[in-house]
Formats: sequence, C-alpha cells, structure tokens
Amino acid sequence: MKNGIEAALVGLAAFGALMGAAFARDSLFQAHAWILFFILAGSTIILLRRVKFAPAGGLQQDTKAEDTSGYMDDVIRYGIIATIFWGVTGFLVGVVIAAQLAWPVFNIEPWLNFGRLRPLHTSAVIFAFGGNALIATSFYVVQRTSRARLFGGNLAWFVFWGYQLFIVMAATGYLLGITQSKEYAEPEWYVDIWLTIVWVAYLVVFAGTLVRRKEPHIYVANWFYLAFIITVAMLHIVNNAAVPVSFLGVKSYSLFAGVQDALTQWWYGHNAVGFFLTAGFLGMMYYFVPKQVNRPVYSYRLSIIHFWALIFLYIWAGPHHLYYTALPEWTQTLGMVFSIMLWMPSWGGMINGLMTLSGAWDKLRTDPIVRMMVIAIAFYGMSTFEGPVMSIKSVNALSHYTDWTIGHVHSGALGWNGMITFGAIYFLVPRLWGRTQLYSLRLVNWHVWLATLGIVVYASTMWVAGITQGLMWREYDDQGFLVNSFVETVSAIHPQYVMRTIGGLLYLSGAFLMVYNVYKTIKGDIRKEAPMGAPAAAISPGE
Amino acid sequence: MEYETVRDFSDSWGLIYLVVVFVGVILFTFRPGSRKQADKNAHIPLKEDD
Repeated sequence: MKNGIEAALVGLAAFGALMGAAFARDSLFQAHAWILFFILAGSTIILLRRVKFAPAGGLQQDTKAEDTSGYMDDVIRYGIIATIFWGVTGFLVGVVIAAQLAWPVFNIEPWLNFGRLRPLHTSAVIFAFGGNALIATSFYVVQRTSRARLFGGNLAWFVFWGYQLFIVMAATGYLLGITQSKEYAEPEWYVDIWLTIVWVAYLVVFAGTLVRRKEPHIYVANWFYLAFIITVAMLHIVNNAAVPVSFLGVKSYSLFAGVQDALTQWWYGHNAVGFFLTAGFLGMMYYFVPKQVNRPVYSYRLSIIHFWALIFLYIWAGPHHLYYTALPEWTQTLGMVFSIMLWMPSWGGMINGLMTLSGAWDKLRTDPIVRMMVIAIAFYGMSTFEGPVMSIKSVNALSHYTDWTIGHVHSGALGWNGMITFGAIYFLVPRLWGRTQLYSLRLVNWHVWLATLGIVVYASTMWVAGITQGLMWREYDDQGFLVNSFVETVSAIHPQYVMRTIGGLLYLSGAFLMVYNVYKTIKGDIRKEAPMGAPAAAISPGE
Repeated sequence: MEYETVRDFSDSWGLIYLVVVFVGVILFTFRPGSRKQADKNAHIPLKEDD
C-alpha cells in the first residue's frame, strides 16, 4: 500500500494541530494552529486520494516496484518550480515594501504594514527562494557528481514538503505578528523545531548520497553544499536556543541575555550570509559554470584553498554588525580583521569562477546563460569587495544603520544569489523536463539586462541615500547640537526611495520573463528567433 | 567554566590548533603530485552527459 503510512501520519499531525488550536494559550497560537490544521488536513486528503493498493491476491512480482535505478529527479523538478514561485513572490513583496517606504499610504494595517511584510520579504527571498534553489540544485549536483541515486528514498520528499511547510508557517506567522525579533531568525520556537527536523533529514539525504557515491573523489561543489548544510544546522540550533513560556503558546525567551544575545544573533546572522548565501551558492557556481561553458574549473586547487579559507575566516566576521555597542572592543576589532581578510578567499573564488571561461570568452556573445553566470560572479566580486570596506570601523561609522547597508545586501542578493540561481534554472529546466533547448534564449537575454539594470539602479540609489543619511545624522552645528531632525533625513531621500522601487520593478519584470520562458519550455515549445550573436544580416544595396 | 578559562584556552591552544590545521590544509593541497590529481578531479562534472 503506497502512501498509506504517510497519509496516516499527516492525518495524525492534522489532529494534533486541531488540538493545538483547541487548547492554545493565546489567540496568535490558536490562529497559527488553525492554519496548520487546514494545511495538514488538505494534505491528508490529497495523500488519501493517491493511496495505491496492491491488486487483490497479487503476488509480489505483480506489484510493480517503482524504478529506483536512475537518478531521483522528480523532487528536483518540484524544487525548481517552488524556487521560481517563491522567487517571484519574494521579489513582489520586496517591490511592495519599497513602495511602502516611498509612499506610506501602502501600509495596510495590521497584517500588511512594513514591519510585518519586511521579514516576509527577507525570508521569502533568502529561505524560500534561495533555500529551495539550494536544496534542488544540491540534490541534482550530488547525484551527478557522485553518480549515485539520492539516499533515503522518500526522505527527499519529506525534506521538500517539510521545508515548504516551514516557509508557510514562518510567513503566516509574520503576517499574524508572531516573531522572536531576531533578524533572519524571526520564527518562534515551534517553527524552529520543525525546521531543525527537516534540516537533519536534509543532511541525512545529502551525506547518505555522498557515502554511497561511485566516484572516488567528492567533487568540490559538494564540499560547499555540505558546509552550508552543517553550518546552517549549527547556527540555527544555537541562535534559536530559547525557553517557551508555555507548551501551546507563541512566546519564548532567548537562552542568552544582553550583549551575549546580540553577539549570538550576529554570529548567526552573518554566517547565514556566509554559509547560506555564499558557500551554498558557490556550490552552484562550481558545478553549473563548468557545465554551461563545458570546461573544467580554472584551478581545482584554488577551489580547495577557496573553500578552507572561506570556512576558517567567515565564522569570525559577525561582530562587525555590532560596532560601537556594548560588545568588548577587542571582539569588534577581531570581527573587523577577519572581515577584511575575507576579501582574499572571496576574490580567489571570483577569479576561479571567471577564469573558467578562459578560452571560451566568445560564449559571452552567444550564450545569455553564460552572460547571466558571469554577471553573477562579477556581483559576487563587487559585493565581497564592498563588504570588507564597510566593515572598517571608520567607514561603518558612516554606513551603519543607513540604506547603504541595504544597497550592499541587494547587490549581493540580487546580483550574486539571484543571477546564479537564474543561470542554474535555465540550465536545469530543459534537462529535467527532457527538452532539447529553452523556449527562447533571447528572452533570457532580456532577463539578464532587465535584472542587471534593476540591480544597478537599486544599488546606486541606495549608495546615495545611505551616504546622505549617514552624513545628515552626524552633522553637528558649532554649538554641538545635531543639525537635522530624523524626519528631515527621511524626506531628503524620498527621490532615492522612489528610484529604488523602480529598480525592484525592473528586477521583478525580468523574473516574470523567466516564468513565461520556463512555462513554454516545459510545454515543449521553441520560439522562432534569430540565434544569439549571429552576424548582422548584410545590407544589400538598394535597401 | 569561568569566562577567563575559556578566553585563555581560545587565544592560546585554540588559536594554535586552528592555524596549524589551516596551514596544514594549504600545504597538503600543494603537495608534490597534487596537480595531476586535481586536474582529474576538476573533470568530474564533465565526465557524463545527461
């Protein structure tokens, strides 16, 4: 009986959620439990409709076992669709909150104001879009480079659906107003526990596949993915160590207090950048760039140095989020020194990625997917140059708490994470759905330039806005009084806020082109178009 | 465990351990004969076409 146990377990969990709603200690937990109940009850019904029974009196050879010889790609197909869906959702919410900052009238109380939508945006793009991209591509890469099927059978499905449940619970929690107020770790204790379970299952699937590999060497992309999985598990568990007030209530208190809590949070926060948004996506780079240009990585030994240097340095950089606070001076300096040293492995990796194209640079002209990947690596280089600069204490005195930081994050997130993911999606979709090619390469090209233009508009306006803010905040008159009131510093950057919204819209419209292109590719259509990089048609005389 | 104990251990033995491991990793990566193996490993993703 297929799906029978799964349906029973999910049904039982739905009953548990119903009990949670019945005996909830507070109204927020009750609302959240109702949401969980409807999701799980719906899932139970879907699973029940899919239960397959063995034919009556059928011997074992009659019940045809599922083909488990090849690679397990179904879950990756789901993962790619989920990545695109959450990506578009996250970008859309980003545009909305950008508009809310420019025009406060868009704040719709109480569920859709900036304070609740902002964590929804960050979690949607980092954990939903980025996380699904990492899970799906890691499953693809680990199978190909190990030449082995995913370990654990349906456990990979549990990871996929369990992760989607985490996303929905986190997102609905934010809109209800449930938060533990830790940036990028907003979900409360019970959602955190669920993510821990899913994440351990993810580690089991990934590491189990490595163990049963047929390739003697573990390819470097898998090192990055594995470091990402293990470190995120460690960061998540330590930073979310908290004591719930009650068993069926939302509120919990952190295990740490005061400055220890702050440092734990930014040890987590910065390494979420380092291991989620950097190490994991570098795993993508080290597989998809060589595949797309059909050349081995420029220097394999440099990639190993890149890996270890990144691992050893990144973990210490967190204190640069807490300059000029109660954090001990030496800890701040330590964070600064390590942040500056990080520039070296980052650029080593960037050079390694870019030089993979040496001898194949002409592909930039003919292949917009390569173009997308190269722009991604270029933004990786730019944002990892900007980061160490901003981590210098005296620079940070100007940049901290301003929109410069927001611009920096977005040049990394939109430029590096977004673009390398789009590149991987365009690489994967024809292969996963058995199509000879994408629907349209010219649409990919449009996506490349719309997204790039969007990022450039976004980052440059935020530089202007951030430096304006920073300078206005610290302007004193000759009597020693602050010159500007806070609201003056806000109205001064209104034009930049409007421009930022436009930058986001450009990026979002590129993503919509991707949705259309992927949809048509899966359908099997091929657009009639002039090939990329073809010489311009000769103009004959008289025309 | 006192804060001072942890602190002393971190900036003596802890520091030495991490530096030695890191330098060891780099030396091992550039050991004689590693280039051939590395070039072979770099071709892993390109070996199969699917």
